Amino acid sequence: MNNTILSLIVLLPLAGATLIGLTGFLNKQFRHMEKLIGIIATAAVAVPFFIILSAFLHFSSGHDGHHDAIKFSIIPWIESAGLKIGFSYHLDQLSLLMGMIVTGIGSLIHIYSIGYMHHDKGFYKFFLYLNLFIFSMLNLILGDNLAVLFLGWEGVGVCSYLLIGFWYEDMEKAKAAQKAFVANRIGDFAMIGAMFMIFGQVQSLSFADINASAGSFGDSAFWITLLLFIAATGKSAQIPLYVWLPDAMAGPTPVSALIHAATMVTSGIYLIARMHPIFSVPAAEPVLMVIACVAALTAIVAALIAVAQNDIKKVLAYSTVSQLGFMFMALGAGAYTTAIFHVMTHAFFKACLFLGSGSVIHAMDHMHTVKDPQDIRTMGGLQKYMPHTSKTFWISTLAIAGCFPLSGFFSKDEILANTFFSGFDHGSIYFAVWFVGTITAVLTAFYMTRVTYLTFNGKERFPHTSHPHESSPFMTIPLWILGILAAVGGFLGLNQAMFGHDSHILNHTWFHGLINNRDLEHTMHEHISLEWGLIILAFIISYGMVYFTYNFYKKYDIEGEIKVKKLFGKMYRPMENKFYVDEFYEKTILKPFVWAGENIVVWFDKNIIDGIVNGSASVTAAIGDVIRRMQTGYVTHYALVISIGVVILLGYLLLG
Amino acid sequence: MEPNAFMYLTVSAFMFVIGVVGVLTRRNGIVVFMCVELMLNAVNLSLITFSKMHAVAAAAGGTAADVNPAAGSMMVFFVMCVAAAEAVVGLAIVIAIFRNKLHIDINDVNILKW
Amino acid sequence: MTFDSAFQIVFFWFFAILGIAGGIGLITQKNPVMAALSLILNFFSIAGLYLSLQAEFIAVIQVLVYAGAIMVLFLFVIMLLKLQNEQNQQFDVMKGLAFLLGLAFLGELLLVMNSFMGKSVTGGFAMGKVEPIGMQMMTNYLFPFEMISVVLLAALIGAIVIAKKHTY
Repeated sequence: MNNTILSLIVLLPLAGATLIGLTGFLNKQFRHMEKLIGIIATAAVAVPFFIILSAFLHFSSGHDGHHDAIKFSIIPWIESAGLKIGFSYHLDQLSLLMGMIVTGIGSLIHIYSIGYMHHDKGFYKFFLYLNLFIFSMLNLILGDNLAVLFLGWEGVGVCSYLLIGFWYEDMEKAKAAQKAFVANRIGDFAMIGAMFMIFGQVQSLSFADINASAGSFGDSAFWITLLLFIAATGKSAQIPLYVWLPDAMAGPTPVSALIHAATMVTSGIYLIARMHPIFSVPAAEPVLMVIACVAALTAIVAALIAVAQNDIKKVLAYSTVSQLGFMFMALGAGAYTTAIFHVMTHAFFKACLFLGSGSVIHAMDHMHTVKDPQDIRTMGGLQKYMPHTSKTFWISTLAIAGCFPLSGFFSKDEILANTFFSGFDHGSIYFAVWFVGTITAVLTAFYMTRVTYLTFNGKERFPHTSHPHESSPFMTIPLWILGILAAVGGFLGLNQAMFGHDSHILNHTWFHGLINNRDLEHTMHEHISLEWGLIILAFIISYGMVYFTYNFYKKYDIEGEIKVKKLFGKMYRPMENKFYVDEFYEKTILKPFVWAGENIVVWFDKNIIDGIVNGSASVTAAIGDVIRRMQTGYVTHYALVISIGVVILLGYLLLG
Repeated sequence: MEPNAFMYLTVSAFMFVIGVVGVLTRRNGIVVFMCVELMLNAVNLSLITFSKMHAVAAAAGGTAADVNPAAGSMMVFFVMCVAAAEAVVGLAIVIAIFRNKLHIDINDVNILKW
Repeated sequence: MTFDSAFQIVFFWFFAILGIAGGIGLITQKNPVMAALSLILNFFSIAGLYLSLQAEFIAVIQVLVYAGAIMVLFLFVIMLLKLQNEQNQQFDVMKGLAFLLGLAFLGELLLVMNSFMGKSVTGGFAMGKVEPIGMQMMTNYLFPFEMISVVLLAALIGAIVIAKKHTY
């Protein structure tokens, strides 16, 4: 494939955004042509998907085991002595996989949005932002240097901001958008710091150069990796910066599915996987441990909060934070391919769950009789009315709970196994991480079954003046595609203990030679019985917990909530209130800042800054008061001064 | 004694300095203007002198083709035109001042100040 | 026409002395009309010096434009305004300062001119005839020539605007 066709991968979404944006801006009629806008926008994402797919087919039919990345570039960007940065991209195993996820799920969500955003007055703007987001995301994952990655990194941040605040007339939503933007900014700051440090080390920002010289980083690797991790915590919603993601649910549901579940929030994992050679040097060992601990903490805290939420999207949002925690646990254990594997499976089932919740919200909203269309307490029994949504939702729930043989089982089991076996060689802290991860898995199975049961099964708790309808095929077809993918996606990485060494396609064929995980095979072979123990544990947790929860709610229905509340005791109220983290941040960070702004900064501004400004003005006026006396107004005086000047100048020239 | 460039330039310098002194000492606006005209003419004289001097030197050195003998005349021509324009505007200003103050003593015209 | 060098000597000394005398007359005469007449004398002398330098065309327009048109305009304005002689003839600081300054300036100028000592300005050249100047004006200097007409037009309009009675 030549450069031009490959360039279309990146340029088409941009062209789509430009076309829709400009035409919509100039022509009011165009804004109501929803089908046309939808087709343009979807094509702008679907065509890149097929280009990437054909590149993928071409790629995998290459030499066995070893691949060269496909490179293409569009235009040079910054060119100065010692620094050459271009809009150049590469398609290697990692970016191909991510690219297929982004454009594939992106296309499905575009199609879904045609149905979901029907009759919204910002229809064309929505698709403009979505296309712009895909463009930025492709820059992020396809760029072959940190600068282009950073461009995409910021671009997705902007699109996320625009889409969270899509219904900006609502003050709460506008505030949620700002919160997301500011939280991301903190991470971006760390990202810039990491870029400076890396450039200082290798005088280049291209991944090939950075990764080639990662071994020579020495102690600075510690700080670089730490900064990269902080950058990742912002974008990928880890403690302490995760607070923006639950609020980001203010955006339209397709956005939550695409940006805040499947793609953008996983860019932190992509970043670390892409830069993994730096993370693998000995100096970065403590950082990996920090990542694992933070990830475990994030996973369990988010899972606990999810248990006590009643808003269907909030549950899914905290579930996303929790699953991102799982991915970072894998990174912390040095199992980068496993993290990417979970990114992929999570993209399938979480996108499906979000789109399913969107379908439910859409149906509830159209009844016009429930106050809050997102509250699961007013749902129940929707199975009867929405068979497609209900079935796909259940498939995805079983997948995220980790039920064999759905995709979630393989990726989650691999993560837990990797953290567990890291405990033998890399510090026993990983055992603790594994333990927390296992508890989180139990909680995950519980809260996901809970939310699904309360939504689709049991008694109907909404008023019976009217009943909800299944959504249009625009919305159900993507649901089914994602549901099927969520079911079978795990076969790319079958369990090695169960199916043999070569069955793990991702690790042993696809990523071979590109990403080198921390080597645990030896340890695993030594403790093969323990690995079987882990598999059995996973079986028990997933099926047992789903079975228990299902029957529990079948017996008590909504009253079961009271029993859950009793079970958690004093923990429940903090869980319900998200452990008061937002309030804590407001008291410890926001308040002092506002106080300092109102007192110190205002004083400084009034006295020092204004003093300098006004002072320079009055000094100038005082000098002018004296000097203006020289201007007598007599022509003769001016002529005299000019003559004196000429005489002096001429004399100077003659003598000099 | 055959006049050379120095002598012409000396005459020019004298006239110019007379003009300068006139501008500085005279109080009648019109006379000040005339002194400016005198200075302009002094410069014109030096321009013509230089032109002739270079033409003669070029002819003696055999490089006459490199020198435009009419250049000085052209320069003076343009100076005259500008001087004419300046005199016209200047006299108009003098008339305007006179209409307001009934005299044109420049030592009494100092409103253009702080 | 070739110039006799003796003729040039006579021309030079005669007009040099006459011109400087005219200049001194300009700054010493109290009566503005007399000052203007002194300036005309000076302009005629300069025209004579141009002739001695074989700048015939310039000499002619010096008489026509300067001594003729411009000085007539000056005289016209002087007569029109019914100006009195300058009063206050005593020696003041300004005059002394101007005189000293003039002397210094003259000294400096002569110092500069000194480098042209002995450079010949004698010899027959067709440098100042109408024909070569006309050629130059319509070829090499066409653009400045056109521009100067714009300058004159601007001055014309400006003078009318400034000097006319404000009747509004």
